[in-house]
Amino acid sequence: MIALAFTLTQGSFTLSIDERLTGRITALFGPSGAGKTTTLDAIAGLRTPASGTICIGHRVVFASATRVNVPPYDRHVGYVPQDVALFPHMNVRRNVLFGRRPGQRLELQTVVSMLEIADLLEREVRELSGGERQRVALARALMSSPELLLLDEPLAAVDLERRRRILPYVERVRDELGVPVIYVTHDAEDVRRFADAVIVLEAGRVTRDQEIKRD
Amino acid sequence: MDVWQITAFTIVAALCATALLLAPGLFLAWVLARRRFPGRALLDTVVSLPLVMPPVATGLILLMLLAPRGPIGRLLEPYGMQIVFTWKAVVLAMAVMGLPLFVRAARAGIEQVDSRYEAVAATLGARPFRVFVAVTLPLAAPAVIAGAVLAFARALGEFGATIMIAGSIPGTRTLAVAIYSFSETGRDREAAALLLVSATIAFVALYASNRIATRSGMRA
Repeated sequence: MIALAFTLTQGSFTLSIDERLTGRITALFGPSGAGKTTTLDAIAGLRTPASGTICIGHRVVFASATRVNVPPYDRHVGYVPQDVALFPHMNVRRNVLFGRRPGQRLELQTVVSMLEIADLLEREVRELSGGERQRVALARALMSSPELLLLDEPLAAVDLERRRRILPYVERVRDELGVPVIYVTHDAEDVRRFADAVIVLEAGRVTRDQEIKRD
Repeated sequence: MDVWQITAFTIVAALCATALLLAPGLFLAWVLARRRFPGRALLDTVVSLPLVMPPVATGLILLMLLAPRGPIGRLLEPYGMQIVFTWKAVVLAMAVMGLPLFVRAARAGIEQVDSRYEAVAATLGARPFRVFVAVTLPLAAPAVIAGAVLAFARALGEFGATIMIAGSIPGTRTLAVAIYSFSETGRDREAAALLLVSATIAFVALYASNRIATRSGMRA
């Protein structure tokens, strides 16, 4: 379970959130500027809230009252930012292996075959298409054995057809690895398609949250 | 004639100085580019000071610090370490004078690295030192190399600070100092020969630095 209860200010913008996420895939939905990426940054430890708590599973990674603030490298959160940010000076293999932790449970082979990137491993990042970059970034995040996966509009940069091709991979991650996913989107169709729960953010506030029944 | 010996000594000393300033220079460049802390503007100014202060004045500061009775020299004396008026003083003077050039170039290079890469590397479990070595530094490499070449070129021509703390004695005589000494004592042919050598080295170093900087600019 992921518990978020914090306030974060950035200039005149204030993000205030108080949610418990129990779904396997939670969609963070709302217009741009609503605070979706800021929420992910706070969970990953890239921005520090003014006050509140953030818990991932049984771990408290941030608590202003007890001055807990686990640095990003110890949070075990896989983050695929909107621009995917693959390291341009490394090939695909080195990108994917960058975050591998000693004694981790996940084999490279598992991730490579699940995301179908075996043919890409020796390629340079600049040679990849948008959809391939997304999969490689997803693989890189998974190889760090995350306890939570944050996807920031993973499909924003790709067209509708590619999007249909990538979604199944995210669903596989959910089903085969059981890693909970927080998925930022401003597309209602994405939410309907595969989220278990949705949190609607507008101007830094939660305006609606609900579970989505699945057949 | 000892033209070649002076040339070789100058090049080796400048290489040592460049090697010496790399680690502190990279640290300063990273701190100034990526950290926000009280006193940052002050540090920025102090690091750049040797660029605008008369080199002789910088040399005098170093002399006062490192002289056997100076605050740093006093600490080294029990170990029999003498810096002033030795080759070590030459290297130190060159490093101090080259440092601001290196820090400016390296800092600009680091600032151009998209901090999203560093953030992602951190979420993948990389501690700050690894983020710097594996992500920031390779991406800033062209600027860092150009800065090192520039600092090396500056070190080759160092005069003011060197003459203050190393003097002009055999064993510490660099190209710039030797040109001055020869010219003062009427040995114009030797001075002219050294002039040619030093102009050639400076040209090559600067040309290399510009080439590296241009190439990285085109790639960015």
